[in-house]
Amino acid sequence: MTDTQEAGDQPLLVTENLCKNFGRLAACRDISFTLYPGEVLAIVGESGSGKTTLLQMLSAQMTPTSGRVSYRMRDGVLRDLNALGEAERRFLFRTDWGYVHQDPALGLRMAVSAGANVGERLMAVGWNHYGRIRQAASSWLERVEIDTARIDDAPRTYSGGMRQRLQIARNLVTEPRLVFMDEPTGGLDVSVQARLLDLMRNLVSELGLAAIVVTHDLAVARLLSHRVMVTKGGQVIETGLTDQVLDDPHEPYTQLLVSSILPP
Amino acid sequence: MTAMIEISNAEKSFTMHLQGGVKLPVVRGVNFEVHAGECVVLSGPSGVGKSSILKMIFGNYRCDGGRIGIRHQGRLIDLAGAEPREVLGVRRETIGYVSQFLRAVPRVPTIEVVAEPLLATDTPREKAREQAGQLLHRLNIPERLWRLPPSTFSGGEQQRVNIARGFISDHPILLLDEPTASLDAANREVVVSLIKEKKSAGVAMVAIVHDDEVRGLIADRVVDVTSFAAAA
Amino acid sequence: MNAPVYNFAYLDEQTKRMIRRAILKAIAIPGYQVPFASREMPMPYGWGTGGVQVTASILGPDDVLKVIDQGSDDTTNAISIRKFFGKTAGVATTASTTEATVIQTRHRIPEAPLHAGQVLVYQVPIPEPLRFLEPRETETRRMHALGEYGLMHVKLYEDIARFGHIATSYAYPVKVNARYVMDPSPTPKFDNPKMDNCAALQLFGAGREKRIYAIPPYTEVVSLDFEDHPFTRYRFNAPCALCGAEDAYLDEIVTDDAGSRMFVCSDTDYCEARQAAGHRGRESAAPHKERAYD
Repeated sequence: MTDTQEAGDQPLLVTENLCKNFGRLAACRDISFTLYPGEVLAIVGESGSGKTTLLQMLSAQMTPTSGRVSYRMRDGVLRDLNALGEAERRFLFRTDWGYVHQDPALGLRMAVSAGANVGERLMAVGWNHYGRIRQAASSWLERVEIDTARIDDAPRTYSGGMRQRLQIARNLVTEPRLVFMDEPTGGLDVSVQARLLDLMRNLVSELGLAAIVVTHDLAVARLLSHRVMVTKGGQVIETGLTDQVLDDPHEPYTQLLVSSILPP
Repeated sequence: MTAMIEISNAEKSFTMHLQGGVKLPVVRGVNFEVHAGECVVLSGPSGVGKSSILKMIFGNYRCDGGRIGIRHQGRLIDLAGAEPREVLGVRRETIGYVSQFLRAVPRVPTIEVVAEPLLATDTPREKAREQAGQLLHRLNIPERLWRLPPSTFSGGEQQRVNIARGFISDHPILLLDEPTASLDAANREVVVSLIKEKKSAGVAMVAIVHDDEVRGLIADRVVDVTSFAAAA
Repeated sequence: MNAPVYNFAYLDEQTKRMIRRAILKAIAIPGYQVPFASREMPMPYGWGTGGVQVTASILGPDDVLKVIDQGSDDTTNAISIRKFFGKTAGVATTASTTEATVIQTRHRIPEAPLHAGQVLVYQVPIPEPLRFLEPRETETRRMHALGEYGLMHVKLYEDIARFGHIATSYAYPVKVNARYVMDPSPTPKFDNPKMDNCAALQLFGAGREKRIYAIPPYTEVVSLDFEDHPFTRYRFNAPCALCGAEDAYLDEIVTDDAGSRMFVCSDTDYCEARQAAGHRGRESAAPHKERAYD
């Protein structure tokens, strides 16, 4: 971990009694947890369990019906996300946070070169030197194991796994402290998935990132996360350390999920 | 002598919801202490709950009741009621665990697997690798294997990698589940001397060993788990 | 048969009021695109309806109007628009930049420096500088509102990555009054410096897209660039073939079927004025060119 002891002791994201209703449908009910710097939390559940809605609320892309999400800004102050102005929220989204979509096309500009994709966030915060922007983009491509010779190619020409890695580079270039991931390996070939997970695991630990990973795949949770929250019907039915939940599942639904993991 | 581990009235059972909700009690009324520099061996027949107790001490299994007292950073805390974050901290700084079978993240080279506990406490990478290499040497894992992930190794080799990973850091508490089970005589000797070194360094250890000879060499006390058995 | 009677400058007074309000708002927020209710004009979209509506709203009986298209007073469109205002407003018209009070232009800024009291009206096809990078109007409005212009630099970055230099040669984006990024209309980037700290009022009208924007006189206008790829004006290799001007924007004119070409001032008024003053270029044949129009 690269955090100092003081910074590491203060919560990074605090969620209190978060609820979201769509008409009569309670998509998320009474969700509370605290995330610390450097922690990776997996939110596991099947489709329709409310996990994506939860992720959207946590990343300030959707307003909760009730409850609160607070984030500790770089100046150390814990702020209610809903009280932030739109400009502040968008700035946060571009600098201190990352959001990795399941479909990389949603998180990339497909028609623009890879270098520009990675450099965009830097340009958005005022970097004005072409050479330095290109250099930063190039070193990040290397870090996510994309051949730097392809820096001027558009992601349209990339494979699915490469696109996902490019999306990760694009998100990490501003050194965010918190990364949201929505099914980051969904839809990829198994070997590609494995490589991507290895990369993510290394980056998360190297950079001391905190991350919230939504997945239906417990194997992904096992590989990436320190903690797991199991959701069903919009509620958190079980939570704990990853090894606790996977080795000693208490709830019936959790036991069902664990028994359904394909053995390695 | 300071108690490093103080377990009082710990209890654990499993409820198998997928099998019609059948309840499997494992242990009940577990009470014992472990002090710095001593090695307590848990004894009892197979299936009585010895591994489960180790996992409860490590926080891998959650207790249904009772206290798991651990001396962490000078204070005695109850691991059974601790926040997940605290448990992670205890594992990083205080308790090391050598499980019965190696469970390593796939595709990671052996040297990295072994160095990992040191890296988690901010030891510089080169130094961590160096120490990992020394331990692997001692445990007779040849250098040509260090770059390979341990998944392709034999059972004995995997167990030795597991032991190296557990012994590499300075944790004041070590939990050992059958550390010599798949080893030949020469390697058993190495492990026994490693354990003795840790004891002299003041590490509190709880171990499960089936081999009478090894038990004789390392145990300061034997706790019979049969008295904690909860099974009817 | 009754000939149609037009209101002064074609548009009714209510419409002119509406457009003037939009213009005032645009002047108050330099570089910001103000939506307006673009009217149906007697020429189709793409033929300068935005510029014509702006001109129609600001013309008064004492104004002197000049209309240019790609720098020239004598192209078909320039003539048509000038005749249009001659018919509907009866104002005096001129080809002289210095004599005009209102200049409507398509895609060029005149070479002669403008002075206080003049208004330059630009015809604009696509007012949104970010449009080709971000197709969503909702998103571009947000970007302008929040001042998020990273995407604009992405476009410049792409150019350098692809061509080795910023390849945008016209409609080169500028930052107005250190706040809004603006598309100066498809004028060559050669003309960009003329917009900076200009003594005249600059108004921009997009009829099809229904936007008006403005640069008040003496406003700072800076072309976007990178520190290590600064904005440069285009430099021609040779002076104007007719008048010898070295600092004017030149058009390339093919002179025969064998591929010969010559480079001549795009701004016809400027070129003729120089020739009348005695300047000569390499190709200049007669001492004075006949005007081909009235």
